[in-house]
Amino acid sequence: MNEPLHRSLGLTDEEAEAIEKLLNRPPNHLELAMYAVMWSEHCSYKSSRLHLRRLPTEAPWVLVGPGENAGVVDVGDGIAAAIRIESHNHPSAIEPYQGAATGVGGILRDIFTMGARPIAVMDSLRFGRPEDPRSRWIAEGVVSGISGYGNAVGVPTVGGETVFDETYSGNPLVNVLCLGLMPADRLVLGQASGEGNLAVLLGASTGRDGIGGVSVLASASFGDEEEEAEKRPSVQVGDPFEEKRLIEACLALLDAGLVVGIQDLGGAGLTCATSETASRGGVGMDVDVAAVPRREPGMAPFEVLTSESQERMLAIVAPDGLDDVLAICDRWDVQASVVGRVTGGGQLRVRDGSSGPSIPASAGRSPVPAFDGPVLGELPAASLHEEAPLYDRPRRRPSDWEAARADTAGNLPPPADVGTDLLSLLSDPSWIYRQYDHMLFCNTVFGPGGDATVLRLKHPASGADTGRGLALTTDGNHHWCAVDPRTGTAMTVAEAVLNLACVGARPLALVNCLNFGNPEHPEVMWQFSEAVDGMAEACEAFGIPVVGGNVSLYNESNGHNIDPTPVIGLLGVIDSLTRVPPGLAWSDGDRVIVLGEGAPELSGSRWAASTAGHKRGRLPELDYEKHRRVAGLVAGLVADDRLSAVHDVSSGGLGVALAEMAVVSDVGFRGARIHDHAELFSEAPSRVVAAVDPELLPEVEEAAAASGVAVTRIGLATGGRFAIKGLLDLELAAIADRWRSPMSGSEDQAQ
Amino acid sequence: MTTKVGVVVFPGSNCEQDVVEAVGTVGGSGELLWHKDTCLGDVDAVVLPGGFAHGDYLRTGAMARFSPIMGAVERFARDGGPVVGICNGFQILTEAQLLPGALYKNRGLKFLCQPAVLRVESMDSVLTRGLTVGDELNIPINHFEGNFICSERVLDQLREKNQIVFTYRDNPNGTTADIAGICNENGNVVGMMPHPERAAHPLLGSTDGALLLKGLVSGD
Repeated sequence: MNEPLHRSLGLTDEEAEAIEKLLNRPPNHLELAMYAVMWSEHCSYKSSRLHLRRLPTEAPWVLVGPGENAGVVDVGDGIAAAIRIESHNHPSAIEPYQGAATGVGGILRDIFTMGARPIAVMDSLRFGRPEDPRSRWIAEGVVSGISGYGNAVGVPTVGGETVFDETYSGNPLVNVLCLGLMPADRLVLGQASGEGNLAVLLGASTGRDGIGGVSVLASASFGDEEEEAEKRPSVQVGDPFEEKRLIEACLALLDAGLVVGIQDLGGAGLTCATSETASRGGVGMDVDVAAVPRREPGMAPFEVLTSESQERMLAIVAPDGLDDVLAICDRWDVQASVVGRVTGGGQLRVRDGSSGPSIPASAGRSPVPAFDGPVLGELPAASLHEEAPLYDRPRRRPSDWEAARADTAGNLPPPADVGTDLLSLLSDPSWIYRQYDHMLFCNTVFGPGGDATVLRLKHPASGADTGRGLALTTDGNHHWCAVDPRTGTAMTVAEAVLNLACVGARPLALVNCLNFGNPEHPEVMWQFSEAVDGMAEACEAFGIPVVGGNVSLYNESNGHNIDPTPVIGLLGVIDSLTRVPPGLAWSDGDRVIVLGEGAPELSGSRWAASTAGHKRGRLPELDYEKHRRVAGLVAGLVADDRLSAVHDVSSGGLGVALAEMAVVSDVGFRGARIHDHAELFSEAPSRVVAAVDPELLPEVEEAAAASGVAVTRIGLATGGRFAIKGLLDLELAAIADRWRSPMSGSEDQAQ
Repeated sequence: MTTKVGVVVFPGSNCEQDVVEAVGTVGGSGELLWHKDTCLGDVDAVVLPGGFAHGDYLRTGAMARFSPIMGAVERFARDGGPVVGICNGFQILTEAQLLPGALYKNRGLKFLCQPAVLRVESMDSVLTRGLTVGDELNIPINHFEGNFICSERVLDQLREKNQIVFTYRDNPNGTTADIAGICNENGNVVGMMPHPERAAHPLLGSTDGALLLKGLVSGD
């Protein structure tokens, strides 16, 4: 193989030329490796940046928007919430357990980097069909990885979603969201400042794991299995105990005011952390590779600089605070080594101090390098970020777009037996979330398994209960987005808004994880651009700022691009949290109503996709004004304790919503006015099923009328059967059996 | 006098603040103790909280029992001081041989975080002295290694001396004789896998855990 070095590092010929021009000389091997990781799709967002600018990011309560390690919003009572979601798709495809585990580790570091204590993780998972042994292996490995790492690191996994679908076989999606809290006045940014300040590397030693992870793994597609096996050394290995101590040590350093800036080491390792902190602070940095503690001998400087070994942080500290920093790290048994020094100018200089003199250690203190060793590489720190390529990749609407839109799912043959089809859409995700500690910190009022998670909001410093709550949901729907990425993404945002309404919360901030195929395919870029527009439109309509995001491209295996899968995380607040929200479980005798109305459109529905493989047609209409009215009404009714159960209508339509409510409450349903399978399985937005005590029904109906929301009485919660007049009649026990069989064929499992 | 409960923090512990908060809600005061300390100060009771002390590396609790503070905890326990191990704390107490038996991996080899119904089997422990045998309590579990095992001889002794404090109504993990918690002969050292601190606030679905902690802070 005589491939030029830059290509084997993942750089194109044009990019290599640009680097030479920037430096006014050919880069050496080390410098080239540093550019290769920083200019990778994963780190530079070179294909997506142009589009992401169209998202609304501002609101009075936004303290930090996109571009930092995490978005930060003011949630009142002097508390700020940091939130971020990130993908770990490619590593999880190769090594499910470690891929998912290090995904959790990475997102936690993004949060405590901001000065916030991580209090909750959500995971949004997508795998191939469970009948496929490999997909099953991936699913079980990912769930074990999240459980093994998340539980041990001591941050509860409070919810998420799991979807099984053919489109993800060979390319699973593992998106992990983390929420953290901090006193609003203690926001820290990942920047270096103050010439002479020291860069201290905290945590694990540096090994060869994950070298080139961002460029080799995350920014290329998968081919055959042999090729995947070769990529296995690029997957990092996680140690939750190291991370737990690192969290405690870093938060203690921040509490003591010892840190000027702090940055986690994730993708692109030390190269990213040193150059990002330096360029954000408008300074330069000298880095001594010899001062970096290593796990194995014989590592080349480029390996040290690009390793993605986990559980490491870079803290910028004043020299006179170093002793205190080392003392705190020692208390938590966290390794701390001075590896860099802030300089004037903007150059990032990599030196090798292995032969040079250094200040001798005094009383157990780690030596401060002299930073006078030979220079191995030197480049403008900002050039790794600001000069990164920006691509406006070609976009093309699919050539059969018009024909596809005309092909409505309404033309599909109706089911031979509606009940059988309904059963095929059901499954219980509790086998997943039972493996996650979702109760730690005693905040989880409403955990996995509902429309949204509800957490008590306690002050992060004093622990004092504010009497208010936070609500969180993650949502994605690739069926909708495959049919129409723009409307599908807007509907996803709308669904999240309604999920929050079902627990009485109003939305505050959105984060997104945009999982798409190969951006070099114009149709994939079109999907991406459309999805961004749909998200922008919906966020503007609902007044929700986008405070952070992550883009995962090249989700392609064996030439097959995944269906477009934008996943969103939505954070909301509950102004008075005095009781547990109603949830899905109704009581015998409750009247069951639908709030809101929609056309019986089957295009884009899970029924159409999973029973007929149909992913065409036109999505049902999303009317923002109508949606806002429904969400406002539902949130109000929940806050006023007027509903005994509530569930939004989404994937699987009214049928799945009603069946889930019946099965979790162990009380059947006797209904009418759902005339055919289209009305049962349509996923038209802006609708909620509510169960109401008969005495409160008039009041609820009046409130709906006052809000201009249609109400349809559809039946009664009662007995041991699940029956809809003229449509289906099932034993509740049959639904429960189907529901409880783990990894049953059905694909969507809200957690 | 407010009862002062020392809650030991090992590296990897994660339920310590939850215990402090819950102890506060039943009128006690919680104070964190560091595992490298060698004395307990003036605490009236000790809790070893849940989590993954020392990463649970080697074996759950195997390294924690060698943390410097454990010498003081052992002396305190032998002098009759109330010591409660919750989840990982229970595992540490068995490793330290302050309680018999061991906690093995769950049947099914999966981590389990879920509600559980406990039955009070003994009123002779510092947690249950205010309760009645047969009382049912809703208190969640959260563990991978909660499957209590012991020899027949030990099991006979636990039964004879009334040392089985709680059993599960529906055995979730294969534990011997449905055991969820045990105590020593004097009843002052208690280990339990369920987390009472997670059932001490009305918004968390159950306040049954508060009944146990109340027993701890109300003293004799």
